[in-house]
Amino acid sequence: MNAMNYGDLFTITLPETILEVVSLLILIVDLGWLRKSAQSVRMATANVLGVLGSALAIVWLLAHPQAPSFGGDALVATPIVAAAQIGILILTALVLLLSVKAEFSRNPGEFAAIVLLGTTGMMLVAAARDLLVIFVALELLSLSLYVLTAFAKGSAFSAEAALKYYLFGGMSAAFMLFGFSYLYGLTGTTSLTGIAAALAAQNVSPLLVVALVLVAAGLGFKIAAAPFHLWAPDTYQSAPAPVAALIASGSKVASFAVLIALTGGLIASPNYLQGSTWVVLLVWMAAGSILLGNLAALVQTSVRRLLAYSAIAHAGYMLLGIAAHTPQSGAAVLYYALTYALTTVGAFGVIAVVERDAGSDRLDSFAGLSKRNPLLAATMLLFLLSLAGIPPLVGFWAKFNLFAAVLRAPGVGRWGFAMVAIALAASAVSLYYYLQVLKRVYVSKPTQTAPMQISLLELVALVAIAIAVVLLGIFPTALIGWIPLG
Amino acid sequence: MLALTIYLSFAGALVLALFPRAWHRAARVFALAVALSGLTIAVAGFVEAGTQGTVSVADVAWIPAMGIHYTLAADGISRVLVLLTGLAAVAGILFSWNIGDKDGDRANEFFAFFLALIGGVYGVFLSVDLFLLFVFYEIAIVPKYFLIAIWGSTRREYGAMKLALYSFAGSAMVLIGLLAAYAAAGSHTMNLHELAQYPFPVSFQMWAFPLVFTGFAILAGMWPFHTWAPTGHVAAPTAASMLLAGVVMKLGAYGCLRVAMTLFPHGLDPWGFSFLGIGSWRTVFALFAAIGIVYGAAVALVQNDFKFVIGYSSVSHMGLVLLGLLTLTQIGLDGAVLQMFSHGILAGLLFATVGRIVYERTHTRDLGALSKLQLGKAMPFAAWLFVIAGMASMGLPGFSGFVAEVQVLIGAWQAFPWFAIVAGIGIVVGVAYTWRAMQGAFFSDASAVTADAAAAPVPEYEPVTWAEKAGVLLLAATSLLIGLYPRLLLDVISPAVQALPHALLTGGRP
Repeated sequence: MNAMNYGDLFTITLPETILEVVSLLILIVDLGWLRKSAQSVRMATANVLGVLGSALAIVWLLAHPQAPSFGGDALVATPIVAAAQIGILILTALVLLLSVKAEFSRNPGEFAAIVLLGTTGMMLVAAARDLLVIFVALELLSLSLYVLTAFAKGSAFSAEAALKYYLFGGMSAAFMLFGFSYLYGLTGTTSLTGIAAALAAQNVSPLLVVALVLVAAGLGFKIAAAPFHLWAPDTYQSAPAPVAALIASGSKVASFAVLIALTGGLIASPNYLQGSTWVVLLVWMAAGSILLGNLAALVQTSVRRLLAYSAIAHAGYMLLGIAAHTPQSGAAVLYYALTYALTTVGAFGVIAVVERDAGSDRLDSFAGLSKRNPLLAATMLLFLLSLAGIPPLVGFWAKFNLFAAVLRAPGVGRWGFAMVAIALAASAVSLYYYLQVLKRVYVSKPTQTAPMQISLLELVALVAIAIAVVLLGIFPTALIGWIPLG
Repeated sequence: MLALTIYLSFAGALVLALFPRAWHRAARVFALAVALSGLTIAVAGFVEAGTQGTVSVADVAWIPAMGIHYTLAADGISRVLVLLTGLAAVAGILFSWNIGDKDGDRANEFFAFFLALIGGVYGVFLSVDLFLLFVFYEIAIVPKYFLIAIWGSTRREYGAMKLALYSFAGSAMVLIGLLAAYAAAGSHTMNLHELAQYPFPVSFQMWAFPLVFTGFAILAGMWPFHTWAPTGHVAAPTAASMLLAGVVMKLGAYGCLRVAMTLFPHGLDPWGFSFLGIGSWRTVFALFAAIGIVYGAAVALVQNDFKFVIGYSSVSHMGLVLLGLLTLTQIGLDGAVLQMFSHGILAGLLFATVGRIVYERTHTRDLGALSKLQLGKAMPFAAWLFVIAGMASMGLPGFSGFVAEVQVLIGAWQAFPWFAIVAGIGIVVGVAYTWRAMQGAFFSDASAVTADAAAAPVPEYEPVTWAEKAGVLLLAATSLLIGLYPRLLLDVISPAVQALPHALLTGGRP
């Protein structure tokens, strides 16, 4: 490793530093001045401060998308990394905005601060190109999410979900670290570029296969791909709604960003033979996730669990793009992950409002939503149809772009077409369970007739997401400056 | 100019979605105004283009990096079907005029979904870029679900879900084929004509063609994938049945011709071996079409629900469209396109009679129950209307159905004589089920079985409204006009058919 240049370190991690400083500031403000204030004031202040901090980091990243990389490519700052980071920050800001009214916690300062810490982890994960940095950043992210999942202290389910999440997560982190240690042993370096060069010069060894399986297990957990998905339904169902949204959005984006980078490191050239083990692993995980996620979602009665299984299926689609391992498919995966995450945050926002009113996220709680709050119902319609991949919403375009990139990748001859066909067939199935929710929203008779209350801020945030989902679908080239297409 | 039909419909849908609930009467007036403007533009575009070939409508780079353009153009086939869409939209709204009488009808939502569907249909018929075509095709799926599930009748949630899933499964098959073609041709373009120039290997076409053709044909109600159609039609509110049979099933047939057959003409070639006399995908699908014609007619013959009779008759008539397409002859293809138009008008008329004029007043569609109501006396307007529409639908000369069916049969006789005979049998059965339904519903007092009922007083029903009369006039007059002077459409259709890739006009000879 080259000599450390602390100036570079400062520039490259400035957005993360901003978040850290703001999270400390939130704690000082909340615990220092607002201790005697009303709960709602404290929650609002903490979250708004968090949003401002994210905005500040976004402004910095917009102005400086590129910076010299630090420590021999341990951390990189390229426009595409900046795009992922900006996406993560926007998602965090939306999650904070949507939880301004949340009442699950008596410690709002800590909540907002830990969300920002988790976001810092996500941003570092997206930028990291060194095994150790990847691991440390993932742990920062994961530990924050474990704590956040348990944040509804009054709810035993929240604690249960956190424990499950933590136990699975801890084990998978151990697997991943073990895999990383083998990779290091095989190549003598922790930098992804170094690993790529070293692996290109050797034959496939059984040790490498073991290492790859272990790494796949670790990352498969983060993205909730089958067969490492078991935590997802419980955690999605029982975590506080904003936390579930964060797990489903920002954390996903970060994990896919690192998967793209890691795949680039493992497979130096597209036709490189040693890549095949890794590709086979990814394709099997993808097939399992697509089938399991879509089929299990069909029978869910809890909307959050339904979204959890649909998240597993979406992770499967994205894994196909990773397995195709071309620059275009990587960009397509990032585009998919970001837009999917945006839509999911919106859907969880609606769920949070409905839960507050009905006390449950069961399908029947959504009955007659279109009569009780037409605008909220319309946003849910757009979110779910986008997840189902109906044009002209962004979900369709993301799918088209992703599958087109997979089909045109040179190394996918054997499995490419078959997997895309399976994925499209499965997404036809997925319409059924999304329509199950929308049927309640639009067709069923409401059990209560009182209008559903929603705060102005939440409504503005949800409508803004819905407009983004429509406009990005109609004008897919809007993001072309950040994420290349084609 | 034709592009305005799309924008107007979507803009109308958006405005209606934002309408206050209390403006339920204003909503339907507004929707009618939008649909009428759409029809005006469609007619103007039809007249203006005359018999010339393809008219370019719009061409803007949309996603240049992937070779996707916003390209709209209209050849004769498109212009005829756009005209049909305009007519079906106006008639559909006229026959939904009772929606909006009450506050709880959610009239603004109904017409918003209705216009969104219409906008998607216009878009499909005008798209040249296949990505765009697919986008519009899928836009047309979702509103159907809500129209049926919210405002429908018999088993509406089941029918709506079945229809949505069949449609979506079909469109997934289409998307697989399109993506494969796009990737195989080098990912430069999604333009139909440019892609059709690309020499896809025959082995590729041999699997891509049946995939895409079946995907579209599901929506066209091809046997054995037709089962969504009768349940969907029966569950749907009148306007939605009219649109389903009138234009949505045409989307499927149009996609079969415009996408599957145009892109992969070699998929129609013989396999090189034959099994039970079937030696190509063309024969397979022609067989399905012929079975559909007879099967649909035969099942319609034994239905007790009046709407099921019409629903299965649609399957039968759409079988004729598919058979016409697969003849690969000029006359057969002309007939298929004309049959799309004719069936769109006549199915609309039949569904309007059964679903709106009769059912909304008697609240039953059971032929046995209807036979006791002496509808021939109580509703002479409905009775005579059904006589006219039924006659036209069974192929009486003077109406549009006759010209179309004769052309399809001549084409089929040249290409597949046996299937032509089967189709002829189907048309004869068509006469039978139409007579049976006519007698059961309207003229049963003439038979001895219900002599007691004939003595009962004739029940009173609310009079036929102006909107119903206007809708009937529009559709019946169109069918009569085309029946008496088919060249009005054929002069536009024939050049467009001639301009299709040569392989589609060889009659199957290599």
